Order: sequence, then structure tokens, then C-alpha cells
Amino acid sequence: MSVILVFLTVVIGFSFWWLFHQKVMEKPWLEHGVHTALPETDVSGMPTAKVALAVFLAVVGSLFALFASAYFMRMDYADWQAPPLPRILWVNTVILILASIALSCAVRAAREHRREMTRLALVTAGLATFVFLAGQVTAWRELAAGGHYLDVNPANGFFYLMTGVHGLHILGGLVALGRTMVKAWDDDVAAEQLRLGVELCAAYWHFLLFVWLGVFVLLAGWAGDLLALCRQILT
Amino acid sequence: MAVALILVLVVLGSILFHILSPWWWTPIASNWGYIDDTLIITFWITGAVFSAVILFMAYCVFRFRHKEGAKAAYQPESKRLEWWLTVVTAVGVAAMLAPGLYVWSQFVTVPDDATEVEVVGQQWQWNFRLPGEDGKLGKSDNRLVTFENPLGIDPEDPAGQDDIVIEAADLHLPIDKPVKMLLRSIDVLHDFYVPEFRAKMDMVPGMVTYFWFTPTKTGTFEALCAELCGSGHAYMRGIVMVDSEEDYQAWLEGQSTFAELTDARQVGAAEGAGP
Amino acid sequence: MVDATPRMERDIPPAEVPELELYHPKSWWTTYVFSQDAKVIAIQYSGTAVAIGLVALVLSWLMRLQLGFPGTFSFITPEAYYQFITMHGMIMVIYLLTALFLGGFGNYLIPLMVGARDMVFPYVNMLSFWIYLLAVLVLAASFFAPGGPTGAGWTLYPPQAILGGTPGGQSWGIILMLVSLILFIIGFTMGGLNYAVTVIQGRTRGMTLMRMPLTVWGIFTATVMALLAFPALFVACVMMLFDRVLGTSFFMPALVEMGEQLSYGGGSPILFQHLFWFFGHPEVYIVALPAFGIVSDLISTHARKNIFGYRMMVWAIVIIGALSFIVWAHHMYVSGMHPWFGFFFATTTLIIAVPTAIKVYNWVLTLWRGDIHLTVPMLFALAFIVTFVNGGLTGLFLGNVVVDVPLSDTMFVVAHFHMVMGVAPIMVIFGAIYHWYPKITGRMLEDWMGKFHFWVTFVGAYAIFFPMHYVGLVGVPRRYPEMGEAAFMTAPVDNLNAFISVAALVVGFAQMVFLFNLVWSLRFGKEAGPNPWRATSLEWQTPTTPPPHGNWGDERPVVYRWAYDYSVPGAPEDFIPQNDPWPDKPATRAA
Repeated sequence: MSVILVFLTVVIGFSFWWLFHQKVMEKPWLEHGVHTALPETDVSGMPTAKVALAVFLAVVGSLFALFASAYFMRMDYADWQAPPLPRILWVNTVILILASIALSCAVRAAREHRREMTRLALVTAGLATFVFLAGQVTAWRELAAGGHYLDVNPANGFFYLMTGVHGLHILGGLVALGRTMVKAWDDDVAAEQLRLGVELCAAYWHFLLFVWLGVFVLLAGWAGDLLALCRQILT
Repeated sequence: MAVALILVLVVLGSILFHILSPWWWTPIASNWGYIDDTLIITFWITGAVFSAVILFMAYCVFRFRHKEGAKAAYQPESKRLEWWLTVVTAVGVAAMLAPGLYVWSQFVTVPDDATEVEVVGQQWQWNFRLPGEDGKLGKSDNRLVTFENPLGIDPEDPAGQDDIVIEAADLHLPIDKPVKMLLRSIDVLHDFYVPEFRAKMDMVPGMVTYFWFTPTKTGTFEALCAELCGSGHAYMRGIVMVDSEEDYQAWLEGQSTFAELTDARQVGAAEGAGP
Repeated sequence: MVDATPRMERDIPPAEVPELELYHPKSWWTTYVFSQDAKVIAIQYSGTAVAIGLVALVLSWLMRLQLGFPGTFSFITPEAYYQFITMHGMIMVIYLLTALFLGGFGNYLIPLMVGARDMVFPYVNMLSFWIYLLAVLVLAASFFAPGGPTGAGWTLYPPQAILGGTPGGQSWGIILMLVSLILFIIGFTMGGLNYAVTVIQGRTRGMTLMRMPLTVWGIFTATVMALLAFPALFVACVMMLFDRVLGTSFFMPALVEMGEQLSYGGGSPILFQHLFWFFGHPEVYIVALPAFGIVSDLISTHARKNIFGYRMMVWAIVIIGALSFIVWAHHMYVSGMHPWFGFFFATTTLIIAVPTAIKVYNWVLTLWRGDIHLTVPMLFALAFIVTFVNGGLTGLFLGNVVVDVPLSDTMFVVAHFHMVMGVAPIMVIFGAIYHWYPKITGRMLEDWMGKFHFWVTFVGAYAIFFPMHYVGLVGVPRRYPEMGEAAFMTAPVDNLNAFISVAALVVGFAQMVFLFNLVWSLRFGKEAGPNPWRATSLEWQTPTTPPPHGNWGDERPVVYRWAYDYSVPGAPEDFIPQNDPWPDKPATRAA
């Protein structure tokens, strides 16, 4: 359970930091009137959607941290036999990085009100993401062709499960990306509104890229090696 | 008024029930008297806190119930009082935790001279295995479980040949000798629970768990399953008999080893297949 | 809103710029069925939770009939008994308590109490309810599936949960249960995002965090915890579903069932337990924290006194929330995990008792020198304190690792968790319904029926669960449809069990009076007016009662003070609403 505990320490640490900036040490019964509360310490100036995305990403992070915890705990049992890492995962990783970069460009373009550029970047990101998903499916087929089915070994199970759950999150992101594209092509949509949508997509993609890198490290077996090394150093 | 009275009655009723009720834990038959002591300490501390809080509440309800023209006091907080209460609570908690952890460290430290006894749970009966003359239990694996070898003892392991196998029958233990109960399951979770011994532990398929104790009273004790194991859970009972040393040896003479059982079963199976 | 200063505009998030048009749904369908109004969603959530909760109540009667009078009812086979306990437990913990506190009270109270017009994402909020309803229907469907619902115990421990020796293990029961839980978690996450983000972003001017009522603090903290903890259950359910349906061995070791080698191998049942309790323990506080918050407000309002030690109460809620993530393995002291964990988890568990105790002290100290109105909500609040203190203290037995060894898996545990997270939170739910019903409907609940309901429920529930501890002390394990004769028992528990069963039936039927009251008062209850309890928090200050969609008419309220200005010296009345600028403009507000 170490991964999830580390993750939660970060989340709870951040929450406490936030709370401390909300005057939780003050005595509220001594304050009267509106203005003691305003401006900075009250509701944040951040758009609500961004706050919501941050909270949602904490949930997603918790989910994957738990998968990782389960992975490490299950790994210690004798029957564990990691499947070979399909080569194509390297390509997929690069493609997902490209999608993230494209969305970063889209954010930049949206901030500078360059509609055409924003559209181009969004489409690039969308296509790259589709290629990534196709690549993941190819990786599955490659494994299955090699006889590494889901039920042969728990390591295979984790491989399909974690890539699958990650893929589902990407799919969900594609829906949001699609809606943002509709906005990008609709000239009635204000630039500010488009910018928010693009920024949210970018944040989500960066996060899922980060999660993917974590999953990749895990599935490639490096995380296990690292852990073994840490244990050796400790003992 | 009535409310305050009933709150007082709740406290009094609880205390009286505790003192007068015939329902209490069964007399101990193992070395874990310390566990009972910790329990008693916990009862005293928590009972005092319960009574104090509820009686205080009853007093408040009685004394400060609404009367015409009354007005409540205005007091947002009292740091001193809150700190005092925190400290007192922390001390009370420590008074329960410290003995608890001390006894736990004994509970998890098995004495070197403890004899190993294996309990194997299955739906819904208890099997036991004692190390034979070599004092060692042979290896085992659920993969090896067959009709002839119900406990999955490794036939290749020489240490296992002289193990004494007790299938769905009573376990006997000698008095005043510490035993380490090694717990294993061949299907689902079970939990070997003899109320008089106080100790219990889940049995998990795929691993060996343990606890230890020293029986201190001779007699017949009932073993129950305390972890839900399917529809026969409540009927999964067994018997543990604690014998004097002589009785124990006499019983031990009558038991069969793994090797004997395997031979007998193979012969039996061959005969059965014959005609 | 016309003369709003730029600063105010900045303080209102863009999505919230009040187009009042938004709050006028056009058709009957969008007003009452596919409504995006948090208050309607709250009522939908509560209605569904209570409906499925009634099923669980009936199941508890059946269980008690079996335990009190074993052998009398031939249709209650051991299989059926295990199905009853499993469904009873799961429904009560997840589909009733969690859904009612967060989906019900959270939806109704958060926007009103923080002065928002609605949740920040009303559409997602609506989806949350419909997915929850789907989860409930899938769960209910398992009663009609071949093989019946699962009988694995609410903890669903593998391997038995998915094997043939357990009812529903090799038929549809367990699959429907896991699918339903997965749906519930997805639905809850949608709602939970709303509750949390509305508190962070949706507060009105002047509503700093430290001015929020403790109800909002409790629900907010519980929501954040639930958002972080439910993924653990999600992971456990998905992996178990894989084991059951696709034949993986995440949790399944090599085993022999009924003389037959199964194809599983190498898995770890303990891994499931870790995941389950990593969710399961926070879950206790997910139910308890909203109850803590609500009861604080009930006590304060009806004792006409500010909650004692508000800051300490807030900190305690937050600290309990954080600590509850590192105590989970106290459910696993005898699970066979490494015994050294016992030291760590016993210590953290007993540490959590300190902030919890502080909360109890502050509740009773709020009564001290108060002006206590023994209304029905107040009575339920007092009953909460009694049952919570009782159940909390027995938690010190079970949290202290070595004391847990003889008691774990006995009826003592059953008595403990029913007292602390069954009876106590339900007392708060009842108190809260009596308290807020006038706001929701505009009418008071009938008082004498309420008092009758209270006394039967409180005394009856105590009579059920207090003696049950002693059944456990005697040594009777939990999840036994019948104990039968056993030499170790110091006294037979038959009579005690029969007594408990009768008490359970009486308490169960008293709930019918409550349900009748809910319906009867809707039509015949006394007119309540906007603020019958003369309370300070914002929900009582709405321009219309019941509040319409959008809550606040043309202008959102502005908050000048914390939520507990009761009996302030020098004030004209014994309460000052949060949106009252007194003493700047002396407020003479008729209640």
C-alpha cells in the first residue's frame, strides 16, 4: 500500500496547505461584516472547471496509485511472471508525448487567440491520441499472439487491466476533446471560453501522460527493480 | 425532566446489566490471562467515561432545560478546558494502549520450545497434523491435495512421512506445553477459534498463519470457525482435548502417520478397483 | 446585481453568473424527473435510499427472526441467512447511509448553506443520481437472479465470495453485486465532485470556510475522503470481477474446492482485504463525519448556544478525516497479515480516539449553560451522543490489537459497529429530517408522532445493541445463523437473542409511524414559516419556503458572521442570522 500512501500524503499535504491559507486558525466569532473575509482568502479566482478538474485528477491519481499498490503487493508472490514488454509501447509512449505537446501548442495558440493554429493543434492531438489507442490495442494483440493471455499470470492480468483502465480514461478525454473541437470550429464561441476548454484538455492529457509513464515504468519491471534496490540499500 | 431521568436510567441500566448478567466470557484455559486483564482495564476506563459523559449530559438537560425568559450563556470556546480534556483523554488512551501493545508483543513472540501443530481448515471440517518423531512437519501444497492425500503433504519430503495426520477427528494437546498452531486452509478463509484459549487467527489458503498458546487446563474444548467460509460456516465445529502427559502419549500411540495412511489408502483403492 | 463592484464580479465564478432564466425549467419532466436542481436531486437520492433501506430493514427482521427463534422459520436456510446479512450490510452501509448523507443531505444543504444557487455542475449532478438509481436497480435485480443475491458477507472476502460453497458465488449474485458497486462509485464520483467543488468555489460573499456551519464541514470532508477512498473499492471490485469472470488469479490462491482442484493459483486473499479496508475504514468516517457535522448544528440550534469550541471541531473533523486513511488494517488483526503491523495500527487507531473524544466533549459542553429546547431533533441529537459514545468506547476494545483477538469475529463486533455507525448516524438522520422537513416542505412534522417515534427508536435500539455485546463476550461468533448448544457459554444466549429480536421488530415497526408522519404532515402538518427553529444558518433565510430552483430570488445573500451567533449578549434576539449585518444595522427580524 506504499504507493497510495505516498500519493495520499501529497494530496493531504496539499489540502492542509490550502486550509492553512483559509484562516482556519482565526476565531470566526470575532469577525463581523463581509470585508474581513475578502478578497484573497475567499473563493479562489480560479475557474470552477479547473478546480473541478484538479479534484477529479486527484481521484484518478488515487485510482492508479491503488492499482500500483496492488501490483507491488501481488508481485511479491512466487507465481509472478512478467510478460515480455511489447516493443510498440515505446512508439505509443512517444505518440502520447506528441499528443501532449500538441495540446500545449493548442493552449499557447488559444491564449494568443490564433484560432487556425488552435484547431490544427487540437486535431493533431486528437489524431495522435487515436494512434496511441490503436497502438495499445496492437500491444494487446501482440501479447495475446505470444500466448500471454489475461488469465495465464497475474502480471498479464495487471498489464491488460491497467492499460485498459488508462485507455478508458483516454477515451473519456477524447469526448471532452471532441467538444472542445466543436467549440474551436464554432466562431460564436468566445476566445476565453475556448481557451478554458483547451487548457482543461491539456491538463488532463498531461496528467494521463504522467500516469502512463508511471504505468509503463511499472509494466516494464523497472519499478520492481528500483524497489528491490531500495530494499537492498535499507537492509 | 423525563429525558434526564431516562438518560440516568440508561447509564444505571447498562451498569447493572454488566454486573448482574450471567453472560460473560468463558473461564480461561490458556496462558493468555493478560488479555483478560487488558480487557478488564478497558472495561473500567470506558465504563467510567461512558457514565461520566452521559450523566453530565443528563445533568445539563435537567438543569438547563428551557424555561420562560432563560437565555443561554455565550462562550465560544475555552482553550484551557479543551487542552485539559485532550490531555486527560490522551492519558486514558495510553493507559489502555500500553498494556495492549505489551501483551501483543508477547502474543507475536513464539517461545523457542513450542511444539508445532498444524490445523488445516476445509469446507467444513477441521483436520490436524502433528510432526512425527523427527519433530518437523513436511512440506505441503494445496496443489498436491487428492483423495489419498487430503492435506496436500509433499510425498517427496522425507520430513513429512512420519507426520501424524488427523482427518476430521479430535485434536489432543498435552497440558502446560506451549504450542505453535500453524494454520492452513485448502479452500477458503477459516478462523480457528477456541473461546477458552482466547487466541484466534484466520487461516488463509496459500499461506501459513500462526498463533501460540499454552493450554493450562485439561478438558474438552470446542473449536469454532470464526471467519465466514460459506453456507456451512456455523456447523464447522471441532474438538480440542487437553490431556495430561500420560493420556496424551496414550492417544498419540493410536494415531497413524502419513506414510501409513498413504499405504492403506493405496491398497484400499487398489482393492476397490479390483473386482 | 446591477451595482455590483468589479471585485464582486471576480468573486463569482463565471459559470455562476446568475442568469435566472437558467433556474426556470420548462416542463414537468425537467422539473421533477430529470431535474438539475440540487434540492430535487436530494429528494430523489433520499427517496431511493430510504426505499432500498426499507428492504434492508425487512432483511434485518428476517435475520433476527432466525437468530431469536432458530429453527422456527423453515424458509430461512443458512444460505438464505447469509444472503440476508450480506444484502442488509451492503445496502445499509453504501446504498443507504453513504447515499443519504452525501447524495441526500449534501445535495440539499450544501448549496443552501453556503449561499449558492445550485451545485456547480447541475447536469453532472443529475447524472450522478441516475447512475446511483441504476446501481440500486442492479443490486435489487440480484434478488431475482437465478441463485439469488450473494451471501459472501458484506466484506465479500475472496476466495469464498466467488466459489460455489457460498450462495451466489457461482451464479449471478456476486457479479451483480460487483457491477452495482462499480456503478455506485462512478455515480458517487460525479456527485462528490459537485459537493466538494461547490464548497470550494460556490460560496457566497463573506462565507469564509470558518463561517461555514459544521454540517458543511462534515459533508465536505467526508466527500473528499470518499472521493479518495472509493477508488480502493473500485479496484478491489474490478479485480474480483476479473477473477470471477475471466479466470485471473489476483486474489485467488491455489485451492481445492469440494475435492476438486481449481485452475486458480498464487493469488492473495489478504491483498483484497487491504484494498477493501483501505476503502472500508474511511467509509466509517464518510458516514460519521456528516453525522458529526449535522448533530453539532442540531445541538447548537436547539440549545440556543454556539457550538462549543468551533475551531477545535473543525480541526477535529479534518484530522479525523486524514488519520482515517492510516488505520485500515485494524480490521485485519487476525487476518494473518504480518503481526508487526498490529503495533502500528493499534497506535494510530487509538490516537484517532482523541480528536473524536474532543468532539463528544464539545457537544456536551455546548449543552452546559444552554437554553435547551427538548424538541424532537434535539432528542435525537441526545440519543446520538449516547449511542455514539457507547459505540465509540467499544471501539477502544477492538482497536487495541490484543483485546481484539478474543473479540474479533464475535457478536461483540456486530454490536459495536451497529451502535457506532448504524444507530448513531441514523439517529442523526432522523433528527436532521425533523429539523429540515419544515424547510423542505413548509410544514412541521407532527410532534407527538415524532416523540413516539423517538422513544421507541432510541430505547429500542439501545435494548437491541447493548445486550448484543454480551452475546459476543460469551463467545458467539458473528455470521452464525444459529449457535446451538456449546459448553463454553456461561449462560445460554437463547433468551437474550429472543429479547433482542423482539426489540428489533418493535423498533422496525416504529419506523412505519415515522414514514406515516412524513406523508401525513405533508398535507396536515402545521405551517412552519421560513425559520421555525429561529436558526442562524443561511438555508433558513431563503426568501421563499420551500426554496425554489435557484434558491435566492434575485440576489444571493451576503454573509456577515459565522453560523453560531446564538444568545449573543446585547443582541435583540437570541439568534442573529448569518446574513444579518447587526450591529451595523440593528436587525429586528421577526422569526
